[in-house]
Amino acid sequence: MRKNLNVIAAYSIMMGLIILVGIFQSWNIALSIFNLCLISAVMTMGANIQWGYAGLINFGIMGFTALGGLAAVLISVDPVQEAWSAGGFNIILSLFLIIAMVLAVRYILKNYKKSKNRTYIVAAIIILGIVIIRFISEPGIEAIEGVNPAKTGFLGGLGLPIIFSWVVGAFFAGGLAFVIGKVALGLRADYLAIATLLISEIVIAIIKHEDWLTRGVKNVIGLKRPAPYEVNLQQTDWFISLVEKFNSSKLNLITDLTERQATLNQLVIEGSSVFVKLCYSGLFLIVVVILLILTQKALYSPWGRMMRAIRDNEEAANAMGKNVVKQHLLIFVLGSAIVGIAGAMLVTQDGLFTPGSYRPLRYTFLIWVMVIIGGSGNNFGAILGGFVVWFLWIEAAPIGLYLVNLTTAGLDDTHFLKVHLIESVPYFRFLMMGVGLLVIMRYRPKGILPEKIEIK
Amino acid sequence: MDFVNAIILLLNYIFVPALAYGSQLALGAIFVTLIYGILRFANFATGDMMSFGTMFVILFTFYFQSVGISFGVLPTALLAIPFGIIFMVGYMLIVDKLVFKYYRINKSPPVQLAMVSIGVMFVTQAVVRIIIGPSDRRFFDGEKFLIKAGEFKEMTGLNEGLAIKSTQVITIIVTLILVSTLFWFLNKTKTGKSMRAYSDNEDLALLSGIDPKKIVMITWVIAGILATIGGALYGLDKSFKPFTYFNNMLPIFAAAIVGGIGNPFGAFLGGYVIAFSEILLTYAYRKFFMYVLPESMEPDGLIQLLSTDYKFAVSFSILVIVLLYRPSGIFKGKVL
Repeated sequence: MRKNLNVIAAYSIMMGLIILVGIFQSWNIALSIFNLCLISAVMTMGANIQWGYAGLINFGIMGFTALGGLAAVLISVDPVQEAWSAGGFNIILSLFLIIAMVLAVRYILKNYKKSKNRTYIVAAIIILGIVIIRFISEPGIEAIEGVNPAKTGFLGGLGLPIIFSWVVGAFFAGGLAFVIGKVALGLRADYLAIATLLISEIVIAIIKHEDWLTRGVKNVIGLKRPAPYEVNLQQTDWFISLVEKFNSSKLNLITDLTERQATLNQLVIEGSSVFVKLCYSGLFLIVVVILLILTQKALYSPWGRMMRAIRDNEEAANAMGKNVVKQHLLIFVLGSAIVGIAGAMLVTQDGLFTPGSYRPLRYTFLIWVMVIIGGSGNNFGAILGGFVVWFLWIEAAPIGLYLVNLTTAGLDDTHFLKVHLIESVPYFRFLMMGVGLLVIMRYRPKGILPEKIEIK
Repeated sequence: MDFVNAIILLLNYIFVPALAYGSQLALGAIFVTLIYGILRFANFATGDMMSFGTMFVILFTFYFQSVGISFGVLPTALLAIPFGIIFMVGYMLIVDKLVFKYYRINKSPPVQLAMVSIGVMFVTQAVVRIIIGPSDRRFFDGEKFLIKAGEFKEMTGLNEGLAIKSTQVITIIVTLILVSTLFWFLNKTKTGKSMRAYSDNEDLALLSGIDPKKIVMITWVIAGILATIGGALYGLDKSFKPFTYFNNMLPIFAAAIVGGIGNPFGAFLGGYVIAFSEILLTYAYRKFFMYVLPESMEPDGLIQLLSTDYKFAVSFSILVIVLLYRPSGIFKGKVL
């Protein structure tokens, strides 16, 4: 108990802060912060597995997040029959051709010795394949994008419950990570960082511009929900009576019947959105707890010890007969898969998929700030980092406004400096993150909750 | 005649813009490569440092414009650049003293320095946005075109016009002057040679009495000059927006690595490699073929290898390919 005191203290403070937001701002805001904190926590766990356990830098978190989001679209949206009949055949044919091309290249690479001729043949297959695929897919893509472009214009998905996409998102992200890991994991640390950063930009470019698959920048809105809709809730009897029960003391003070009804309606509307957010919180909490248990088990298993050995001294681990390359690939895939889950969760919560909103600052660098501030190598630390940083990210604007008002209290309200500062309050969050990161890196390089290795 | 038209077409839409864009990338790439070679970390704050310098250039330009100073047909910003450089170098030296110095003295691994540079990136971004705001700003004045498309057509009697913006010419000339001075400095002067020695082998350089403090300071000064001028030229040619500058970091990194990181000459050429491949691969060649081929063979489609949406993706793919097959870059930088 005693040795975990700092963990408990840190988490209680964090919860207290969120509850304070609930009391002073509104429970709606508090819960939406809490939900995004949970999603961030899943992302940080993914990044922490890669960085904290194995020392791999993955600056491609944005790409894996977006792939998870894509999974949510492809699983939950109803299929667009017209589009399938218009261009489905061409797309499927192209898909088979891509697979055939990859297999052919693999076959040649495997069965022939390295030579100039082999390189030329592989290049020829790839170029020829791309030309043929473009030739076949182009009419299909045009036909699909032509089907009711204002509403659909894409193939749609499978029409399954969106919850499934959390698993599928993990597989998507893991699959991409496998490919990236195969080609890029041999690079030195900072090159891996740059390579993954750029690859994630390529992923985003594809998601943004392949309209037949993702609707691109036209966005997909109105995704299915695993939680009830507010409008439906407001009309169900049990929910209204529940709200009545919760607020009975407040309602009993009002004697006038019509006024009482009006207050109740207001409370029901507020209550419904809080209730929906609570449903999400419950779902997300389950994911976080399951992942936490699994990652903790992994960390203290022989496998976790091996990963730390590889992280701390690659050569020595290699000499002890551990397959460093294979383990790196494995952990890269696992971590990315977890990020993919988070991406699907994020889209599920928003109910919309907006490829244009994936930017490296928010989805890659901010996650890294979370991991470093929270404490890399320690799952509780990483999760705490997700909470603290997201909380500050959202609350930076109000805090910044307060600070600006405090420091410029002597100035006139119309003074240009004050007006300018108040206008730029949203950017104080960048300042806060940057200074936070620098201070932590300098004075507490292992994060708020540092990694603890117990040797028994 | 058709053939000349085709050449002019390519010059107008591919060669001139790519040369200008490549020069801007090249300056940024040399900045990245110098920091990497001498201070030994990948600087993720590159784009934002460039926007920081450009911001001061813009502020001084606005000031000069308000007091009525102008540079004739040339943009006023050229006068403002030296002042921007002073602020930029000052900022970089302060950042180095407060942030990077500690890790350098402790001999932290490069990864840690790269993480720290992310912190600097956030702070710089905030400072830029708080001072000048996130919106798009144009600060170009003076003569816009050196040759206008219409004039060119009249002059030569061709169908295709060749428009050369003055900013493009300024960019190319300034880049050439700056880069040749830099190479002269690195190769011929004693300080430059000691910088290269320090980059090649730190311990040996220290043994032969090279002062590391001086080397680091000069590196930041040169980096500040490069970042400010590169950023200002980009802003003059296109426009200034903090977010675009942040994004430009990616092709700049690509250029530096393609050229061989730690090798300034490689970075210089890498900028052009990236710029030309981006534009060559995403240009629609339809009109070109219409001029070159006989009428019966005229193409129907756009003859575009990749849609322009994938402009960035092209340079990144090149980078990934280079990293995989020749990790030290085309021109042999540091071996990874």
